[in-house]
Amino acid sequence: MNNVTAVNDLVIRFANVNGTGSASANDLFAKSLFRMGLPVSPKNIFPSNIQGLPTWYEVRVNDKGYLGRRLNVDMMVSVNPQSMEKDIKDVRAGGYFVYDNTKPLAQSWFRDDVTFIGLPLTRLCLENYADPRQQQLFKNIIYVGALSALLDIEFDVITDIIKEKFASKEKLIPPNILALELGRDFAKANYTCPSTLRVERRDMIGDKVLIDGNSATALGAVYAGATVAAWYPITPSTSCVDAFGAYCKQYREDGESGKNNYAIVQAEDELAAIGMVVGAMWNGARAFTATSGPGISLMSEFLGLAYYAEVPVVLFNIQRTGPSTGMPTRTQQSDVMACAYASHGDTKHVLLFPSTPKECFDMAAESFDLAEQLQTPVIMLSDLDLGMNDWVSEPFEWDDQREYKRGKVLSAEQLDDLTERWGRYNDTDGDGIPWRTLPGTHPTKGSYFTRGASRDEYAVYTEDSAAYKRNVDRLALKWETAKTLVVEAEFTPAASNTRVGLMYFGTTENAAIEAADRLTADDVLVDLCRIRSFPFTAAVEEFVSEHDLVFVAEQNRDAQMRTLLINELEVPPQQLAAVLNYDGMPITAGNICEQVHEYFATNEKSAAG
Amino acid sequence: MTFIKSTFRHPELPTNELGFTRQYYEGVLSTLCAGCGHDSISAAIVMAAFEANIEPHKVAKLSGIGCSSKTPAYFLVNSHGFNTVHGRMPSVATGANMANRDLQYIGISGDGDTASIGMGQFVHATRRNLNILYIVENNGCYGLTKGQDSATADRGSHSKKGAPSPYEGIDLCALALQLGATFVARSFSGDKHQLIPLIKAALKHKGFAFIDVISPCVTFNNNAGSTKGYEHVRDHLAATNTIDFVPERKELTTDYAEGSTQKVTLHDGSVMALHKVDENYDVSNKSAVTMSLLDYSERGEILTGLLYHDEESQDLHESLGTTDTPLNTLQEADLCPGNDVLEALNKSLR
Repeated sequence: MNNVTAVNDLVIRFANVNGTGSASANDLFAKSLFRMGLPVSPKNIFPSNIQGLPTWYEVRVNDKGYLGRRLNVDMMVSVNPQSMEKDIKDVRAGGYFVYDNTKPLAQSWFRDDVTFIGLPLTRLCLENYADPRQQQLFKNIIYVGALSALLDIEFDVITDIIKEKFASKEKLIPPNILALELGRDFAKANYTCPSTLRVERRDMIGDKVLIDGNSATALGAVYAGATVAAWYPITPSTSCVDAFGAYCKQYREDGESGKNNYAIVQAEDELAAIGMVVGAMWNGARAFTATSGPGISLMSEFLGLAYYAEVPVVLFNIQRTGPSTGMPTRTQQSDVMACAYASHGDTKHVLLFPSTPKECFDMAAESFDLAEQLQTPVIMLSDLDLGMNDWVSEPFEWDDQREYKRGKVLSAEQLDDLTERWGRYNDTDGDGIPWRTLPGTHPTKGSYFTRGASRDEYAVYTEDSAAYKRNVDRLALKWETAKTLVVEAEFTPAASNTRVGLMYFGTTENAAIEAADRLTADDVLVDLCRIRSFPFTAAVEEFVSEHDLVFVAEQNRDAQMRTLLINELEVPPQQLAAVLNYDGMPITAGNICEQVHEYFATNEKSAAG
Repeated sequence: MTFIKSTFRHPELPTNELGFTRQYYEGVLSTLCAGCGHDSISAAIVMAAFEANIEPHKVAKLSGIGCSSKTPAYFLVNSHGFNTVHGRMPSVATGANMANRDLQYIGISGDGDTASIGMGQFVHATRRNLNILYIVENNGCYGLTKGQDSATADRGSHSKKGAPSPYEGIDLCALALQLGATFVARSFSGDKHQLIPLIKAALKHKGFAFIDVISPCVTFNNNAGSTKGYEHVRDHLAATNTIDFVPERKELTTDYAEGSTQKVTLHDGSVMALHKVDENYDVSNKSAVTMSLLDYSERGEILTGLLYHDEESQDLHESLGTTDTPLNTLQEADLCPGNDVLEALNKSLR
């Protein structure tokens, strides 16, 4: 048999049962590769269920630094009899199938083009551990031990992680190391080690960190000074608020009193969650909520109010596969339109699109500055893939000189110094952003009645048409100001001149960068533009106008970002070609390349070069 | 609008301890129908805030949508107000309260706003014991959309143009009690002698202070056959108690006959002396109060007064262990852990 031969370019998939403790073993595996200086991109593929259903964990190792998903499983580690028949079929020809052979595998399942590596996981556990819970858990550690031999992972790296992890529960170290050794020794005694798939230490990690996007987002909120979080549980955003709570416990307890310098309220639904954020930010605290698609639908009425009443709001939308209940544990970028124009009437919202945990951190913090400067909702669109999986990321940094940008808020002194009548919705600076006041500021000055529509520049009730129109026109002017404040896009030109562009945002970045390299190899040169915010900046508009053809790669069916570009920049639709992936799994470079080539084949028009 | 509110006031109007006249607590001219019960409630709030020496700018007034929810414009003009979304005032008030625990919050809602579209938010703000005075201006109908029955319309009651309501009416006091409200009262917009001291006491209560005020809709629900019209309400009122409100630091000087008076101490040390109509009524006995509400309701009588009070009330901030300093006053130095912490954190993630 011709086995796949590869060094540092592998996809390993683990087939587990959820609720059996496989997650920590899989994390151990990914972390050991990370510690060997190798770029890794682990992904959990899990059901909307707590215990008993199949769950997969896929790790891609790639020393070119490509972190997007890749098809073709080189090695499947299967400890779930439920999914085993299908798991065997999913291995690429020439790949490996590692399984628990305590019980024999059905003869009909064997494939000639796959190398089967049986490990007696259950037997080894029963022989070496007395506690039933340990007999279950250590199966997972044993296969990590076996993989260390099969893939040539440095054994010390793994044992060091175990020692660090259990530093405060030292008695757990020896049984874990025993499990690793059992796996390693069995593999070495019975199979060729390493196999044709292996890893080698590289120096590609530097000072990078391994963390999930939701934790990074929560950390950004802590650093930005968020004190109020209101939320309703929904996958995949829940871990963001959980992390906020954990970081607050660590960093936000008042030293003297032990009381909390934060308040987290689990609301009765998403409507209430965003209502609380509106109330808190109206009252001068930094507040946020985190949700996913269905929550956006429920929050839409309040988003309209906040837009119109000009109350800052920060919302983290960890997108999942929609619509309706969709596939709650699968990823997508399908709330672009729902967020951009959320609510009834004329509304538009500022959006931010992070691609990495570092950007989740930075943009989460930036969201608060933008929301308060612009006095409007800011929605950061992350997704399940970014939010719930670990990513190799640049480390976090915070400039200790940085000051929060709290926007135009009048103090009591400023109110006293005003020579003209203050109007809550009066644009005195010509940027569409009026000055606001907070409750409790001044005994006699600056109070006003906040409402949605029907008021004039001084927040006095009116149903006068001209006053309404003046106000919405000012909001449009504020939108122009927003274009100058939002995060600029990232541009990467091709090696030489081209009239073709490729645009993308969020987690599509990883596949897009890899695709661009492959397309270059195929003589299709593309300039790259990673959109990082909405409204689109002048530079994004220029990018589109400077290219005859722009591919827009995104993870939804209806090409929502493309629609937004066509609508906002008034681009002829033919100029923007959709590259789409919407099956709930992260987009791959192969998929992008295929669609680009297909476009050229169909359109018989080589705009390349 | 053709009316202009007169600004003339008697030059020797009395002032309160803060030196403010009652006028200082007023709002803009009401646009509600002449004779609307809601205007009497606004007037009672003005009087209560004046008498209780409240600093208006230390109050935030919030409302949902509807006739009732317009009224925060008609009192305390020096307070910030927020006319939010239909049925969602409780969540906005919750967020506002989380941001600044030092302000006093007055939530104004209607029976449509609370008992129908906003039922979920009302329920949960109540059970969290949010520190707020929550008034429902209850007229049993939707005024602003021209008189449809609301969920508090009693079974068999009918509005001006409607048929008798076939559905059970929701008793918001009974509900609030069951949900853990720590101050529950009912009153009538036409009885300011009862309503004003109740509002004063509610403003001093720390926790969810709920007052259901029957407030007739003169235009759509003040007809014969309605159980929320002036005539019917006056004829069927049954007060549990009349109230003397004794502010903090003032001595309770009046002697009350043994057994007929119950003293209720509020959070700041103020005392309410309840002159009981029914000697057996005990405002601290939740299960007995629940039974009384049912008994009176079955007899077609409207039980008013302070119905329930929990002296041990712990508000949401206490449940969450929030710092005493208002969260909206904390600065970067209190909130941002700084780059050194990040570097240590980065290290732990390698």
